[in-house]
Amino acid sequence: MKLFWKRFVGAAAVAGALALAAPAQAQTFRVVMHSDLKILDPIWTTAYIVRNHGYLVWDTLFAMDEKFDVKPQMVEKWSVSDDKLTYTFTLRDGLEWHDGKPVTAEDCVASIKRWGAKDSMGQKLMGTTKELKVVDAKTFQLVLKEPYGLVLQSLGKPSSNVPFMMPKRVAETDPNTQIKTADVIGSGPFIFKADEWKPGEKVVYVKNPKYKPRNEPPSGLAGGKVAKVDRVEWVHIADVQTAMNALINGEVDMVESPGHDLLPVLEQEKDIKLVNANPTGNQFTFRFNVLHKPFDNAKIRQAAIVAMSQEPFLQAVVGDKKWYKTCKAMFICGTPLETTAGMENVLNGDSAKAAQLLKEAGYDGTPVVLMQSTDLQVLTNLAPVAKAQLERAGFKVDMQSMDWQTLVARRNKKDPPNAGGWNAFLTSWVAADILNPVMAGFLNASCDKAMFGWPCDQEIEKLRDQFSRESDPAKQKAIAEAVQKRWVEYPTHVHLGQWYSPIAVRKNVEGNMLAPVTVFWNVTKK
Amino acid sequence: MFAFIARRLVATIPVLLFVAVFVFMLLRLTPGDPAAVIAGDNATSDQVDAIRAKLGLDEPLLTQFYIWFSRMLSGDFGESFFFKKTVAELITQRIEPTLMLSLCTIVLSVSIAIPLGVWAAARQGGWVDRIVMGFSVMGFSVPTFVIGYLLIYIFAIQFSWLPVQGYRRLSEGLDEFALRMILPSFTLATIFVALVSRITRASVIETLGEDYIRTARAKGLPARTVLLRHALRNAAVPIVTVIGIGIAALIGGAIITESVYNIPGIGRLTVDAVLARDFPVIQIVILVFSVAYVLINLVIDLAYSVLDPRIRY
Repeated sequence: MKLFWKRFVGAAAVAGALALAAPAQAQTFRVVMHSDLKILDPIWTTAYIVRNHGYLVWDTLFAMDEKFDVKPQMVEKWSVSDDKLTYTFTLRDGLEWHDGKPVTAEDCVASIKRWGAKDSMGQKLMGTTKELKVVDAKTFQLVLKEPYGLVLQSLGKPSSNVPFMMPKRVAETDPNTQIKTADVIGSGPFIFKADEWKPGEKVVYVKNPKYKPRNEPPSGLAGGKVAKVDRVEWVHIADVQTAMNALINGEVDMVESPGHDLLPVLEQEKDIKLVNANPTGNQFTFRFNVLHKPFDNAKIRQAAIVAMSQEPFLQAVVGDKKWYKTCKAMFICGTPLETTAGMENVLNGDSAKAAQLLKEAGYDGTPVVLMQSTDLQVLTNLAPVAKAQLERAGFKVDMQSMDWQTLVARRNKKDPPNAGGWNAFLTSWVAADILNPVMAGFLNASCDKAMFGWPCDQEIEKLRDQFSRESDPAKQKAIAEAVQKRWVEYPTHVHLGQWYSPIAVRKNVEGNMLAPVTVFWNVTKK
Repeated sequence: MFAFIARRLVATIPVLLFVAVFVFMLLRLTPGDPAAVIAGDNATSDQVDAIRAKLGLDEPLLTQFYIWFSRMLSGDFGESFFFKKTVAELITQRIEPTLMLSLCTIVLSVSIAIPLGVWAAARQGGWVDRIVMGFSVMGFSVPTFVIGYLLIYIFAIQFSWLPVQGYRRLSEGLDEFALRMILPSFTLATIFVALVSRITRASVIETLGEDYIRTARAKGLPARTVLLRHALRNAAVPIVTVIGIGIAALIGGAIITESVYNIPGIGRLTVDAVLARDFPVIQIVILVFSVAYVLINLVIDLAYSVLDPRIRY
């Protein structure tokens, strides 16, 4: 019997020692993102889910911090010549691709060229670029034809298309061809596991053990990107109710977009917390098509912006005031370019004044063909509110319901509304995409080259050009105010308020970054 | 028999050809543009046009059809517009969850519904019959997603006995697979139990009135033998028909259950492809469904001759 106890105690001691010596269990962070990852190339598409995937795998030269300042990320140091024409960038030491090869200046030059061929802000930057040249393995130069004020803002652009740095052989892929699955090789804090990617089911990333984060604390999308979990799994759950149940049951750690109608339920759950990780949020937007009657007449569009008010739109979709804010500033409240200049008499829901403007404009009762998206919960209720507000002012509105993909295809058509075209539709922008007059796609008023809706106004374009050449923040703000005032005379779209979509996380999760994009560095599980 | 099978298989060729042409044309005439979906919400018209050209969607319809059809004949089912994966690869990944869910549901349904239907028929008009028929009406009336959410609430959220969602392949372990199959199978089985038990009851009641049943009883056979060997076997033809149609419907129609339980099956692949206008995937998936329907109907026809020796082909 004594022998038995000796052996038992001995075995227990060995087992205990082994347990102590064993490495800590690998930590997996399971997330339900807002949609499934179908495309892997963040330059090929502007889809936000691909952008978020990009931030895990690839790194950027510069990044925007939570105060909207652009900070170096892969870049160790940079300088600009006195004539403001030559920017010199030097990469940090020790940057490595996931396949073990070093990150070089050649890679960065090729990546900027591919991004610059595709992204609207990149195209503008490339339009003023004379030359991109490699100085040595770690240094390259951007030589401009004329001074351009948004070089760093462009390279540190937070949202789609983000200028992610890729290996040269990958970055040399035609920008209109998607990169191969095997080429999803970055230098970012996580490595994409191509062998575990099951479209419609899950996407897997593992911690990049060789990633060298910056020393600064993380802030927004800038600073030290420290991967604290070993593995990130994006579990695709299409049904939002199921995603919520999975979160409550602890099968996933986070739901990126739980949906506003489910927030009250989640607030009651003791193990769940709601985090507004994107404090700038999103902006609902009504888009005019200026090619056809009645919105080809700027005065009729003025009547529309006078007739509309933001609160009913926000109420119809979001409901709880905690998650929305009325904001007349085009370039988002809470950002450096926030201003209400020129906005006093618009967005007040003044239907009497709008009716007067319609009369002065000679509105002949041509119906507004308003496209309503019915399959995206966050957009469905917007069109009926717009219809009601416009009709109150005297517009005739023909609201046509369709699924979002039909709308997306139809909005590219320049045909008249009675031949398959359109007059207006509603959508939502992520605030990070519209922080200034150059970034804001709907302000592009370059006629045929503009986004669907095709506004055409030399004055707005002149102001946007001025803004892009200006680097003094005070002068940039003055130009932004001028743009806003011009917009009141020549409306291109209507901004209908800011709204927030909190992420739902289990309470044992810590370190979610406050950033316009959902990122996974700094996140840990207790 | 073999001549019959060969004739039936040959007859599927024009059916599949018609489906191929019809689906191809239908997709091209449906509003929506895959290039616009790929390009994303912030893309300009030029970006969308460039992607459309790259995918060959700016070619005339006939050229597009010729390219697709000739590739398909050579066994190349094409590549998804979105995933850098072939359609064959995507379908292979998604077919297992759907087949497994269908199999579990059918096994569960048959093993519950047929005994219930026979029992109800044997006790026609009694309380057993009323309860079974009551459940049957309920099974038909309550939508699948309501049953799904209810089962999740009780067994996953309240008792934590089973997971809310997900699918594990059999190769990942039987226990993990079974744990995630229980709730979806029961959810889907509800409607099939309702359907099959009703058909079984009606068919057995009809058979019980036949002369040969009276003869069997007159011979002094035990009631159980009369019911199971004589009545049930002769009542089997309509039951098999319903089960067969059920299997075919499950392969393409389990989308709601797949969504509620987050099972990455072929139904969800189809819906995702339709929403994204992923033409190559939709075209092949619908052809696969057509082949499945044809084959299942063939198997049903063959089963008739096994169950009823009077039926010969």
